[in-house]
Amino acid sequence: MTALSLERGLAALRDEIDAPVAAFFSSCVHCGLCAQACPFYVETGDPKYTPILKVEPLRLLWEQELSLWGRLKAMLGIGRKVTDEMLEEWEPLLYDSCTMCGRCSMVCPVGNDIQSMVRKTREGMVASGHAPAGLIEASARAIRTGSPMGLTWKTLEAQIKHVESSSGLEVPVDREGVEYLALLSSMEVINFPEYLEAITRIFHHAGVTWTLSKDYFEATNAGVQIGSKDIAAALVQRIVDVVVRLRVRGVISPECGHAYTAVRWEGPNLIEKPYPFEVLHIIELLDKLRAEGRLKTEGKEIDRLSMHDPCNLARKSGVIDQQRNLMGLVAESFVDLKEHGRFQWCCGAGGGVSSNERADELRMAAFKRKKAQIEEIEPDRMVTMCATCRTQLEEGLEEFNMDIPVVGLTEIIADHLVEKGKPA
Amino acid sequence: MSDPMGFLLWVKGPMFDWALAIFAIGLAVRIVEIFMLGRKLNYAEPRGGEAGPGFRTMITRTVADPGTLARAPFDVVVGLVWHVGFLIALLLFIPHIELINSILGITWPGLPNPVVDAVVAVTIVALVASLIHRVSHSVKKHISTFEDYLVWVVTFLPLITGYLAYHRLINPYPLALGLHIFSVEIFLILLPFTKLTHIFTAFIARWYTGATFGRKGVVS
Repeated sequence: MTALSLERGLAALRDEIDAPVAAFFSSCVHCGLCAQACPFYVETGDPKYTPILKVEPLRLLWEQELSLWGRLKAMLGIGRKVTDEMLEEWEPLLYDSCTMCGRCSMVCPVGNDIQSMVRKTREGMVASGHAPAGLIEASARAIRTGSPMGLTWKTLEAQIKHVESSSGLEVPVDREGVEYLALLSSMEVINFPEYLEAITRIFHHAGVTWTLSKDYFEATNAGVQIGSKDIAAALVQRIVDVVVRLRVRGVISPECGHAYTAVRWEGPNLIEKPYPFEVLHIIELLDKLRAEGRLKTEGKEIDRLSMHDPCNLARKSGVIDQQRNLMGLVAESFVDLKEHGRFQWCCGAGGGVSSNERADELRMAAFKRKKAQIEEIEPDRMVTMCATCRTQLEEGLEEFNMDIPVVGLTEIIADHLVEKGKPA
Repeated sequence: MSDPMGFLLWVKGPMFDWALAIFAIGLAVRIVEIFMLGRKLNYAEPRGGEAGPGFRTMITRTVADPGTLARAPFDVVVGLVWHVGFLIALLLFIPHIELINSILGITWPGLPNPVVDAVVAVTIVALVASLIHRVSHSVKKHISTFEDYLVWVVTFLPLITGYLAYHRLINPYPLALGLHIFSVEIFLILLPFTKLTHIFTAFIARWYTGATFGRKGVVS
């Protein structure tokens, strides 16, 4: 790496340091409790995965440049300098062993939001040329094709035709003036095509007007995962452009966790202005429809169901009760995992970890925390509402020979809709 | 200053003023430095408030969640015990209250001396246990720096010197009291330059995190 790219990285880090970061670093007492909140530490027992250590480059820069005492120490030559070698050493800590699940931020006794600092530190990693190949490729594909997996409209179109013939309903495309623009995640389109049919049937049932857009259908944001505000902003802008063109009232984020936080919470800050529209996760919308009495369901699942809360949806976005309200509609025997909602444990695959092949082994190690939680409850099936979590749960459960199917909540709701014209 | 009484007068006089000045100016710089960095405007439509959840988290983070308590009972229990013990010794020991009253003119009821004595004994044991934990637990050992041990020493000294002075285990008494006050002055002087600042900044950190989560409708 050149001195220039290191300088760029340091400048990006500097740009990320704000009052909360300074308060966090001023307060850390090295108690190590954040490690106890991290699935990567808990399941490997390796202290190098202690969350606060993952943001050491950011701390050093803050101390040496933005605190008087630190500047004096730096002048005396005390303390490590942030070098290219250091950033290289930190790359796997920031990308392979952190899903930015935010559990450490919820547990830290001095109140440090460590997850937010990992997100910030990744900006410096990208700018200095230290991001994992898998995420670089995904970001490049997202910018080039609109999808981090390189999925084209043609593939989606084939799926739309399939949904239309099996449901007998139309999947609206580029329809102007409707209520909602539905976004999809590529992983969902590839792994869980049943989602599109489910929303088509639910929206028809509840009388929701909606559309997909040929111009842009991707909800996920590789820029947020890798830590590049430029890429992230460009992807958010594509969504905003479609919304403006189609004059829709809102955007529906699919069963994906990070897509929701990216478009709901980071998006307006990335483009530096408020949205003229609302953003809802599909689960939020379904719960709204339920509350308005627009979801008529019949029958219930009778097997023992439990639920995995996606970190981005629950802890990082406050969507916690909604999925439980919906489960109440369709499940007779629902039991929560012991630590759930804001204290749920990450599946181990989010935050770009699943796009980073180098992290495959660690990803499975971190999954063992989820596995232990599932074993405590012994459900017949797991329900979730994020395609990345779902894929990870399916892979993990298979890896450990646990015969527990994983289903998406939206599909279960669609399966229990009262058919139009039939008495409830 | 060569005799115990001279030493006591020095620590109660010029040294005390120096310590207080370094503490006050140093801490003010640290806090101003934090707030000067500011925060970017947040354009995302909030789901909940910031201030209320911020203040709530300032208090609630004092007690660990049940899962963390179960996974790290030693850290949680021993940590809480010695923090509370330290505060009781500092704020509820009658001679300390009288000292504060003579400086600030405010007072409050204290605890009987034998109670504070017992609390200090427990606190000392808890602090020693936390040091043993720091050198033996894999995470703590890995993340600890020289500063962590230095801060342990300067936190321990006021407690142990206070305990020894109270029990007349150092003689003559002016020397015992002088050493106790001196140890507090070292604590005050180092506070702005070490992780001891968390005594103040942790509440700022907690507020920001409470506010960030609160804005998203999450209780933190």
